[in-house]
Amino acid sequence: MAQFAKKALLLLVVFALLLTSLCACAGGTAESTSEPTAAQSGELPKTDPPTQEPAEHGNSVTVGIAQDLDSLDPHDSGVSAGTSEVLFNIFEGLVKASPDGGVTPAVASDYEVSPDGLTYTFTLREGVTFHNGAQVTIEDVLYSLKRCAGSENEGTPMIPAFSIVGDISADEEGHAVITLSEPNLEFIYSVVEAAVIPADSGDTIATSPVGTGPFKFVSYTPQDSLVVEKYDSYWGAPAYLDGVTFRVFTGESNTSAMVIALQSGALDLVIHMPSTFKSQVEDDFTVLEDTMKLVQALYINNAVKPFDDVRVRQAMYYAIDVPELIQFVCDGAGVATGTSMYPAQKRYFMPELAEAYPHDVEKARELLAEAGYPDGFEMTITAPNNYEQHIQAAEVIAEQLKAVGITARVETIEWGAWVSDVYQGRDFETSVCAISASDMSAREMLVRYASDNGKNFINFSDAEYDDVVGRAQTTLDESEQMELYKRAEEILSEQAASLWLEDLCELVVMDPKLDGFNFYCTYVLDMSTIHYK
Amino acid sequence: MAKAAVKRVALLLATLLLVTLLAYAAFSVIPGDPTHTILGLDATEEQIAALRKELGLDLPVWQRYVNWLTDFLHGDLGKSYKFNMPVADLLAPRVQATLTLTAVSFALIVVISIPLGIVAARFRGGFVDRAITVLTQVTMSIPNFIMGIGVMFLFALVLHIFQPTYVSPEAGLAAHLWFMFFPALAVALPKSAMAVRLLRGAILGELDKDYVRTAYSKGNATGAVLRRHVLRNAMIPVVTFLAMTIADIVAASIVVEQVFTIPGLGQMLITCIGKRDYAVVQAIVVILAVVVVGCNFLADALYRVMDPRIDGR
Amino acid sequence: MRKNWYLRIGGALSLLMLIFCAVGLFWTPHDPSAISAADRYALPSPAHLFGCDALGRDIFSRVLQGAAATLTIALAVLAIGAVCGLVIGGLCGYFGGAADAIVMRLCDAIAAFPSVLLALVVMALTGAGRYHLIFALGVLFIPSFARLVRGEFLRQRDLDYVKSARLMGVSPLRIVFVHILPNTFPVLLSGLTIGFNNAVLAEASMSFLGIGVTPQDPSLGYMLSEAQGYLLKTPWYAGFLALTTILLILGVGLLGEGIRSETGVEA
Repeated sequence: MAQFAKKALLLLVVFALLLTSLCACAGGTAESTSEPTAAQSGELPKTDPPTQEPAEHGNSVTVGIAQDLDSLDPHDSGVSAGTSEVLFNIFEGLVKASPDGGVTPAVASDYEVSPDGLTYTFTLREGVTFHNGAQVTIEDVLYSLKRCAGSENEGTPMIPAFSIVGDISADEEGHAVITLSEPNLEFIYSVVEAAVIPADSGDTIATSPVGTGPFKFVSYTPQDSLVVEKYDSYWGAPAYLDGVTFRVFTGESNTSAMVIALQSGALDLVIHMPSTFKSQVEDDFTVLEDTMKLVQALYINNAVKPFDDVRVRQAMYYAIDVPELIQFVCDGAGVATGTSMYPAQKRYFMPELAEAYPHDVEKARELLAEAGYPDGFEMTITAPNNYEQHIQAAEVIAEQLKAVGITARVETIEWGAWVSDVYQGRDFETSVCAISASDMSAREMLVRYASDNGKNFINFSDAEYDDVVGRAQTTLDESEQMELYKRAEEILSEQAASLWLEDLCELVVMDPKLDGFNFYCTYVLDMSTIHYK
Repeated sequence: MAKAAVKRVALLLATLLLVTLLAYAAFSVIPGDPTHTILGLDATEEQIAALRKELGLDLPVWQRYVNWLTDFLHGDLGKSYKFNMPVADLLAPRVQATLTLTAVSFALIVVISIPLGIVAARFRGGFVDRAITVLTQVTMSIPNFIMGIGVMFLFALVLHIFQPTYVSPEAGLAAHLWFMFFPALAVALPKSAMAVRLLRGAILGELDKDYVRTAYSKGNATGAVLRRHVLRNAMIPVVTFLAMTIADIVAASIVVEQVFTIPGLGQMLITCIGKRDYAVVQAIVVILAVVVVGCNFLADALYRVMDPRIDGR
Repeated sequence: MRKNWYLRIGGALSLLMLIFCAVGLFWTPHDPSAISAADRYALPSPAHLFGCDALGRDIFSRVLQGAAATLTIALAVLAIGAVCGLVIGGLCGYFGGAADAIVMRLCDAIAAFPSVLLALVVMALTGAGRYHLIFALGVLFIPSFARLVRGEFLRQRDLDYVKSARLMGVSPLRIVFVHILPNTFPVLLSGLTIGFNNAVLAEASMSFLGIGVTPQDPSLGYMLSEAQGYLLKTPWYAGFLALTTILLILGVGLLGEGIRSETGVEA
């Protein structure tokens, strides 16, 4: 009897445990009948690239990305460059980024800016469809623009640049018309961010994104992957590939994991590969080099001691040996900038700023002594743990700062924590990172440091600067605007608001069988042109 | 006897309750209010107060715990603010991944250790035994993540028969299990080494006992004795050991998941600790705790069933 | 008596690794954090025994210092765990009673969890940092020692020498710490070797996961996570690190095995 009770009990427990694990499994395996590969084995694209070998590799690629997607909502202004460059393949605005850094018509076939810089008129392109098959209508466009301007969000614009939007409407001929409350010649760059999505999609866009781009959304698993497939009814040049899987590698040592995944054949393409790994992959892969169009900087919180003293910031600038840093972080291939602009932004890039603070330990010590820190001080450099380049730069900078008596501790934090603590919470001393430009306007890189700007995470505050960027934004004279923005850059440099170091080198590592990669001047990963040789 | 069983189950439930209480309490004392995370820095007092009420944060702690536990038992594990989705939905595929890894690892341990243990005991003192002893001693000393790197190096980079990107069950069960085999190897090998030694020791211990000598004296062949009497008894400590190791396997899985970038509970745990998404961390801790406590209970029960000499107390 | 190879090899290996680690505490051939553009990815050579990493830092120096750090952390964790475990286990084992039952139930609960998992959670609560890591692991190691010591005390308290001491009116605390304690050393010693390895393992795993470490301070686990990316073309980087970690654990593991077979104590 007792024996029986024991066994019965045991059976019961085993059964219960099995049941729990089965329930847990059910969530994962229930849909196992659906075959994500079916779409990829579909018909070949009509514009065949030279030689197709579908038998060997299929016609899809797997791309490694170094961070998880912040959000699938294209209007979510919190998304970082690493997210928006991927979403570029799914969503399009009325206009979209072109490789040279300008804009090119997309959902709109044409647009017109009134001479006073107040009215932007867009002509919708015929025959553009959403991934759900529906025709793009003026209602969808107006909905999308209004959503960006904040009508969905209690008046707070989802895209900050849309705060100057006065009115969004359609005229009699069915054009979309944006009227600004103040003149702005650069607003067209912000329209790029305003992806066109179906009317009334609201929050569902973040879970089941529907856009008009060359690829349509298939599935997304947080911290794992985003799968997209070719959209057959795309209005423009169709993509060559049938499908793309973006695989997420996050956290500590994610770059190492990506390198191994490449070498074992699990990945076909990795962008932003740190150059320290170049020697590991260059024998077996196509390695394309460019500059990253991303200025790495030691961002300084101007509001905390001792960094509220301009002499301390300048001393740190002098203490850093940028050419040496470029040796370490970019294998010598980066370009010193001294400003938040990068060389590809030809109109605004000022090469002379790169010379403003040459490596000078003596000078740095003098400035520190003047500021009251003859023996230096201790500080913390925060770096996001998923970007090898930034961690390495932080380590190099910490070593270089030792020479002037500053002891810097490098602290790595998870990317999401970096965004919420450093970027949004402004709770940091210094941080190595790089803020990307979503477009080529100077506005994007400079207006953010106005003292009352929401993106001014370095807490920079300077009356002259506020005045200069204020005037730059509203002027209608392009050459005056250019001069004002250049003056703004000079102020940032004089004040050493943060230490802009170099435009990083960009390494794209690609399966040698692939071709067609296009470098953009902004943060874009265009998968539509990539094809098998 | 039945009374003893009831008592043990009651004890199990009490332990589980204690675990949930600890997990809840631990993450309730953390400074910082989730309302700030959700509403951002510019939120007004009214907005915060309204959200606190909505989230039930204005209730006393014990009441919040009861609510949380009730929700938990109903499968509502709360909401992840960072991932903006219910924790249960977020974790379901991860629980599956981690439990699969654990199960495959466990199967590997059994498959590897039992034959090797028997062989080592059978050829006690011989060359094979010594080779196995040396091998197990070294293998035991290899941390799981180093084993993982080794497995990756050999199978992914040298032999090219394995690609270290996660294959989910949707791509087919066979492909999924084939993928899991390699990380499971990294989890299983060091544990197997311990199991081999234990089994060898247990068999040798049994062999020295009187009943085995009697069996020998009756003229039974070695193989038959091994099978009929010794193994049966020697398996008792091994089975207990195996059941007890499930906790360690789960822990090893967490680390190995990171090596092979498997989107399982471990990776999620580490990510969410980094993101300070404590609703998720809390849920993972409770899930893992339940698995561990459950397995230990199972081990204990197995031990009692297999070895009638142990009284129910 | 047959030669105790475990004790000999284990002792020799442990001593070797101990010296290796101890050297790292005081001296390294190069400054482990000094970067050098000229030495990036230098191959192993007489000047740089293990070569150099991506920032031109001497890997051998970093391994030395990393091993020293691992050893220090492991010993500190062990000290916390063993001392507290000894006191708690000793008192519980000798006096027994309700307090014993409660404390042991708690110890059972904690010991049921793998230390890496618990340490992760504790670190989530306390924040990163070496001292937090030591504290977290140290506390988590108490139960296993407490259980070990308690078992031994339970066995010894009814032995004749304790009985006679009690009859002679020796104070209970004195009996616990002066009479019984020394007799538990064989058990404790074997427990220490196991605990040491668990501590090394936990520290290496945690730093491999990037928890509680900064990239500047060399630590075996963190460097290994870095070395992964260089596995195909420069496998010795990961190889040397792995070898150091494994030898450290293997040596002490063998030593423990040797002690057990010498003293007849079961693990």
